[in-house]
Amino acid sequence: MKVKDLLTHGFEAVTLPDGDRDIDGVYIGDLLSWVMGRAQMDNAWITIMNNVNVIAVATLADTSCVILAEGVALSDDLVKTATDKDVNILCSQEPIYETAVRLAGLLS
Amino acid sequence: MSDALVFHFDVDGENFTSAGQASTQVKKNLRQLGLSPAIIRRVSIAMYEGEINMVIHANGGTAEVMVTEDYIDIVLKDTGPGIPNVEQAMQEGFSTATDSIRSLGFGAGMGLPNMKRYTDSMNIDTVIGEGTTITMRVNLT
Repeated sequence: MKVKDLLTHGFEAVTLPDGDRDIDGVYIGDLLSWVMGRAQMDNAWITIMNNVNVIAVATLADTSCVILAEGVALSDDLVKTATDKDVNILCSQEPIYETAVRLAGLLS
Repeated sequence: MSDALVFHFDVDGENFTSAGQASTQVKKNLRQLGLSPAIIRRVSIAMYEGEINMVIHANGGTAEVMVTEDYIDIVLKDTGPGIPNVEQAMQEGFSTATDSIRSLGFGAGMGLPNMKRYTDSMNIDTVIGEGTTITMRVNLT
């Protein structure tokens, strides 16, 4: 499944500079170093953190996209930063668990 | 690549907005050199963790990345307070970060363990009151 395919399944695009990227697995976490140590390349990363360091971690850990759950928003300047760095960021209005369940159904 | 390529960066202290710039630049440079995504990811993560540590604990420092045919060396130097107990600092979950740092998503106590996890060797040279130098190597062969 590609990142852009999530848009027809209840996820909203915040930034989508590389929508054709494939998703391989999911990681959930808010502690950035924990995510750096455990998330795998091409994972979709579900979090409620929305500061600039999330963009750096997504870039360096090479996740396929960040999914901001619980309706968490991203400031305009961070939208620009993420776009400039080719980081896909999606938003889910659902809580983290429901977001993960929805993704699991789509990826299975 | 017959000669070593060296990249040098200055890391600002207590600036979480620019933290990660050096690691991101290294990632770009390594990509241009045609290295594998897996190697680039390991180097980038190890360097980012070191960069963040310097921002949080040492008021910044310098980072040097040397790329040869056989390995990539990352040398992180700071003139911060030093690490009183390296063995303790290497334990997953141990952190001396403040609550304000934790609110940014840092301070999980995974920085040094991640640096070790993603590199083939790591050496910590630290002197209390003088600073810390961390040298990491990722083998390419």
